[in-house]
Amino acid sequence: MSTEAQKGDFTSSLGRIYGVYTGGFVAFVVFIGVLERAGVPNHILGYLFVAFTIGVYAAIGIMSRTMQVDEYYVAGRKVPSFYNGMATAADWMSAASFIGMAGTLYLLGYDGLAFILGWTGGYVLVATLIAPYLRKFGCYTVPDFLAFRFGGNAARIAGIVVLMSCSFTYVVAQIVGTGLIGARLLGMSFEVAVFVGLVGILVCSMLGGMRAVTWTQVAQYIVLIVAYLVPVVILSTQKFGIPIPQLTYGSVLSEIQVKEAALGVTAAASHVVPFARYDPLNFFALVLCLMVGTASLPHVLMRYFTTPSVREARSSVAWTLLFIFILYFTAPAYAAFAKLEVFENVIGKPLGQLPGWVYSYGKIGLVQICGGNAVDLATITAACGRIAGHTGILQLSNFAIQADAIVIATPEIAGLPYVVSGLVAAGGLAAALSTADGLLLAIANALSHDVYARMINKDAPVARKLIIARVLLVIVAVIAAWVASGRPADIVAMVAWAFSLAAAGLFPALVMGIWSKKTTAAAAVAGIWAGFLATLVYLVVTRYFPGFGVNVLGMYSNVHPITGAALVDIAKLKAEQPAIFQQGWVLISHPLASKVGYFNVANISAGLFGMPIGFLTMFIVSKFTTAPTKELQSFIDDIRRPSGKAVMIEK
Amino acid sequence: MSPEENIKAHWAETTRLTYIMIGIWAFFSFFIHMFSPALNGIKIMGFPLGFYMAAQGSLIIFVAQLFWFAKAQDKVDRKYGMAEED
Repeated sequence: MSTEAQKGDFTSSLGRIYGVYTGGFVAFVVFIGVLERAGVPNHILGYLFVAFTIGVYAAIGIMSRTMQVDEYYVAGRKVPSFYNGMATAADWMSAASFIGMAGTLYLLGYDGLAFILGWTGGYVLVATLIAPYLRKFGCYTVPDFLAFRFGGNAARIAGIVVLMSCSFTYVVAQIVGTGLIGARLLGMSFEVAVFVGLVGILVCSMLGGMRAVTWTQVAQYIVLIVAYLVPVVILSTQKFGIPIPQLTYGSVLSEIQVKEAALGVTAAASHVVPFARYDPLNFFALVLCLMVGTASLPHVLMRYFTTPSVREARSSVAWTLLFIFILYFTAPAYAAFAKLEVFENVIGKPLGQLPGWVYSYGKIGLVQICGGNAVDLATITAACGRIAGHTGILQLSNFAIQADAIVIATPEIAGLPYVVSGLVAAGGLAAALSTADGLLLAIANALSHDVYARMINKDAPVARKLIIARVLLVIVAVIAAWVASGRPADIVAMVAWAFSLAAAGLFPALVMGIWSKKTTAAAAVAGIWAGFLATLVYLVVTRYFPGFGVNVLGMYSNVHPITGAALVDIAKLKAEQPAIFQQGWVLISHPLASKVGYFNVANISAGLFGMPIGFLTMFIVSKFTTAPTKELQSFIDDIRRPSGKAVMIEK
Repeated sequence: MSPEENIKAHWAETTRLTYIMIGIWAFFSFFIHMFSPALNGIKIMGFPLGFYMAAQGSLIIFVAQLFWFAKAQDKVDRKYGMAEED
């Protein structure tokens, strides 16, 4: 049988294959539920969840092994748009989206919606400005396009540098995510869970590259979306009798506002009131940076290289956003239900009557009462006893919950059996692994395809290229897991930087490369570096060298979003503690860290400076350099129309 | 129409459609949320409208917009004979 016919069979039976898979997964969850009833201990059930799901991903990864270059890099360009949409959604939604997003909304209220808007709206830019054109171009990697359009390796190297700086911290954060999920939900040690994560990533990606990652990501999407919806759907049904939390949480928001008034929360700081934590400038700057960053992150863009046609690349972006939407419009419901639970059953209660979940998650450091982890009643009684005049009734100011606790704790808040917590753990793991796979592939492909096959050894035989690709993949994965095993809090916090860096470093070059025939090679290279470095300097200086920022770069204090007062009084600090202005690599607790800058722009939105700098540099340098050749201009015309052959044809 | 004119016309129409898309995107990403304090005064099923638009409304628009865009751009490509074979 020819490969073509096999492929046809495979594509046409995808619906049946994933239908059976979904049914099998549901049956497995029910089976675990039965085991729980029969008295099997929780940690065994947790291990079964991990073993079963990673086993399935591994099986898909091994069945999708390949020795063909285009299968390895772009899954043979045969992935139907619907399935590519699912795979991209899993690729996109990280451990942070799954575990942390709802918690961010809990803590920030309305202003947290900047993340919801920013991480969805970017797909409009992907679909209209970039993805279909890169698909037509026919490259394997994003730097490939930059090199072709902008005259060779200078642009390629600039692209690789930006890609690495966005993707590496991001992949480390995913592996840290698997460690935390394993440690918090499954009772594994952090290091063991990191190792399990590494194995889970490698079995999915090493043998089959993009092809294997695609089909495991589809499987991972199904697990993660089921796991995300189940607890909150049950919670909504318990409370309102309607299994649609996305609609019922409207009444929850109303109840929250009533409770807030009773608890003395000011109207300006209410859960639903905008611009209490971010002022409008920072809210919209963050939305913009996240959106534009989405449209420039290589691990997302390269997923659209796998569709059979330009037409399907476009519809695939629409499917992607639909699948992402299902999770993101549910996250605010989680936040609302959790907040109401806290207001109703925790705050204002005597210490002796707190619900059990407070202690379950206090033990693992996710809930603090009166300044200490809520380990048990004796501990919190002692801690609150140290507060002068404490009445034994829990006050709002006594209670702190970490963002990560919201999704994790919801099954227990709803009084559901452990099987649902295990399901959530499997979902979080799927989210972390699928994103890690995509990022790892983006990094390793840039090294194996762009650095090795395009720059070092152009005539390498196919078999050698593919072996190099796999060796590099393993090396990058092991380094990332090694970094992750040290629990680098800074690196996890840096993930938000990736969006600003990609937005400033790659977006101008990609958009101008497609939409302007006049942008020259020198202009693009200069623009990439200018935008990227401006953003990087702003990020690093405001976070790690704020004293240098104030003394040398003339930065000043940001202001409080509600009161408009300066966050730090620079003049006073300079008089009282001049030494802190000389310090470098400061901790986040440093009085100046992330509190200074220009125009009150928070460092998470540093791309707000980098993007215009990138575009402006390209525009100006293009005026002074020779316009692209007629030949290159006609290539741009080719990119702009779906019909005809790909511009770059890989051998 | 000469081939060159055809290419130009196709790109002009593609550009116009893209501008419309970016306009809708900018409206629902930024413009409407500038009025969220005022919109929050309106309640629908318990949701303050400003909150609802940022949590769901804009997202629904984005999704619908992209399915529409995929269709509309394909129509433009076919009109100028620049669509891929089915």
